[in-house]
Amino acid sequence: MTNARKQVFHRGIAAPLLQPNIDTDAIIPSREIRRVSKEGLGDALFSGWRYRSAESREPEPGFILNQAQYREASILLAGDNFGCGSSREHAVWALKDFGVKVILAPSFGGIFFNNCALNGILAIELEEEAIARLARWVQADPGGNRLEIDLAAQRIRWREGKEMRFDIEPARRSLLLEGLDSIAATLRRESAIRVFEEQDRQSRPWVYEFPDR
Amino acid sequence: MPATLLEKLWNLHEIADLGGRDSLIHIDRIFLHERTGSIALRGLEQEGRNVRAPRRAFCTMDHIVDTRPGRGDISLVPHGREFIEATRHSARNAGIHLFDIDDSRQGIVHVVAAENGIVLPGMSAVCPDSHTCTLGALGALAWGIGSTEAEHALATSCLRASRPRSMRVNFVGTTTPGVTAKDMILHLIAGFGSRAGRGFAVEFAGPAIYDLNMDGRFTICNMAVEMGAFTGMIAPDEHTIAYVRDAPYAPRGPLAEQAEAHWRELHSDEGAEFDRELEVDCARIAPSVTWGTNPEQLVGINGVVPEPGAFDDPQQSLAARQAQAYMDLEPGTSMRSVRIDAAFIGSCTNNRLDDLRDAANHLRGRKVASWVQALCVPGSSAIKRQAEAEGLDEIFQAAGFEWREAGCSLCFHAGGESFGGRRVISSTNRNFQGRQGPGARTHLASPLTVAASACRGYISTAEDS
Ligand code: SF4
Repeated sequence: MTNARKQVFHRGIAAPLLQPNIDTDAIIPSREIRRVSKEGLGDALFSGWRYRSAESREPEPGFILNQAQYREASILLAGDNFGCGSSREHAVWALKDFGVKVILAPSFGGIFFNNCALNGILAIELEEEAIARLARWVQADPGGNRLEIDLAAQRIRWREGKEMRFDIEPARRSLLLEGLDSIAATLRRESAIRVFEEQDRQSRPWVYEFPDR
Repeated sequence: MPATLLEKLWNLHEIADLGGRDSLIHIDRIFLHERTGSIALRGLEQEGRNVRAPRRAFCTMDHIVDTRPGRGDISLVPHGREFIEATRHSARNAGIHLFDIDDSRQGIVHVVAAENGIVLPGMSAVCPDSHTCTLGALGALAWGIGSTEAEHALATSCLRASRPRSMRVNFVGTTTPGVTAKDMILHLIAGFGSRAGRGFAVEFAGPAIYDLNMDGRFTICNMAVEMGAFTGMIAPDEHTIAYVRDAPYAPRGPLAEQAEAHWRELHSDEGAEFDRELEVDCARIAPSVTWGTNPEQLVGINGVVPEPGAFDDPQQSLAARQAQAYMDLEPGTSMRSVRIDAAFIGSCTNNRLDDLRDAANHLRGRKVASWVQALCVPGSSAIKRQAEAEGLDEIFQAAGFEWREAGCSLCFHAGGESFGGRRVISSTNRNFQGRQGPGARTHLASPLTVAASACRGYISTAEDS
């Protein structure tokens, strides 16, 4: 878990993609995963919607991220259950590579939600109504009406002087704020892990010793 | 204090309390496959990290590997060979046992992990695959993760995890003939919604669950993630213990006795409290099929495509409208009048021996409609061999089904084989847009319903033909 980047404050263009149940296959279709690699997936983001055909890569003008005002979007305003479905982390790597820093949705797929934090993307759960309000304001002037996300203060600032508070679990917050290397952090507990395993081996030896193949 | 099964499993594996709801959890088994496992292993290699306990990690080839007879390393998936070779290379380097393409125990990761006794009751198990919850049917704490978390689990034998809330779903009453485990879980998801399980570990309980054999229980737990749950689980009982007893990796002799005594303690105690309890009356479940692009968009086979306006929730109405446009279905259309182009029996949801027997029983002496392409893909090479020993392959082939090698196959589309643009009745777990190919229209159902529909060429129950 070394991918997290510090994420304290972000200001950017927000694109509304409000339909519910956008699954990880829609975020990046499996056929786009062509290499054993986490890199360079931004081009494949939403490819089923973004291009007229996967081969030609000719932009589908109706898709929001192809519209001039939203091309530089770094915040997504999403519908319920965003990122449900397949566990593929490529969905998060594609969003990150495209430049998405923050996603606001009423709820997220569980595995996707974890994958976001581990890759430095801030996923915020916010009531549907609040998201709809932000979406309306953004749509009025997409380039000008930018959202400010302040993780340290747990605030979303929008229209002049207006702000919304959001909740985030402390562990997720510090992961994003500090960009921790979780593997290194866990490895520092190696002695506790070893003590646990020695005791566990007494009560559940079959977990550790089993017939060989 | 009476404890839930979840509490028992969580406490059994908790190394440290990390504050809030978070714990450092010991991971007993890690399973990888060539689609997402290869990248986790490569990530570790690039950081110069070792797999901490390679003997407790396993890998299989299932997602990309071809399922056509006579397969080798060449896969129809574009660049598939790179994934296959990278996985083989990394697994060898890491010292992880790989069930390679020609291994007699190769198969879909969640099927292989269970039938070989690699994951056993009471264990914690993870895999970078969302349907890892399938293994909860053994009474294990098993859940799907991403590749980065898989790296963490491989490097440390632990994961940082948030304790889910507890839910119990009681299936009461008895099912009517023709209703299978698949209909039970689809009915639950449709009744409470595909987000009802969000944040919960769902324990499936009640007489109708304990009446199911293991194959049916795997089907139930497989779809826990389709209701958004962290995982699903079923308390181990005598069915479970009999299932794992002679498995290759299961304990033997006195160790087996010790293990079985431990497993019998793994159940929710009388009076244990759950954060949420639901009840399903099995008598109300009909053989069902999805009409939309989410498993909750379900109707009995004798029913009709619903009116989008009939949903109370505007979001649901909108979703129904979009789904019906994609599925090319008009409200009011009788499901039994929907003509299909293809039929698929396979996936970690429904391609175990009992599923194949169920379908074959119906297919004996019948033929698939002339316009339908029908495929049967066993879940593992071991299941395939056993099915062949029972002569099921001949029944499938005589009826007009293709009989494939084990793997995920057309459960999902990775750029190779595809149901693109066609209407499919499928025993799988996801009917999302494009899941089985660009523009593919997927109707989820039980293997029995798939077999019956394949024969009539229209969505059908077994009684129709
Ligand atoms: S059979 Fe389908 S759902 Fe199961 S692991 Fe394979 S691709 Fe995933």
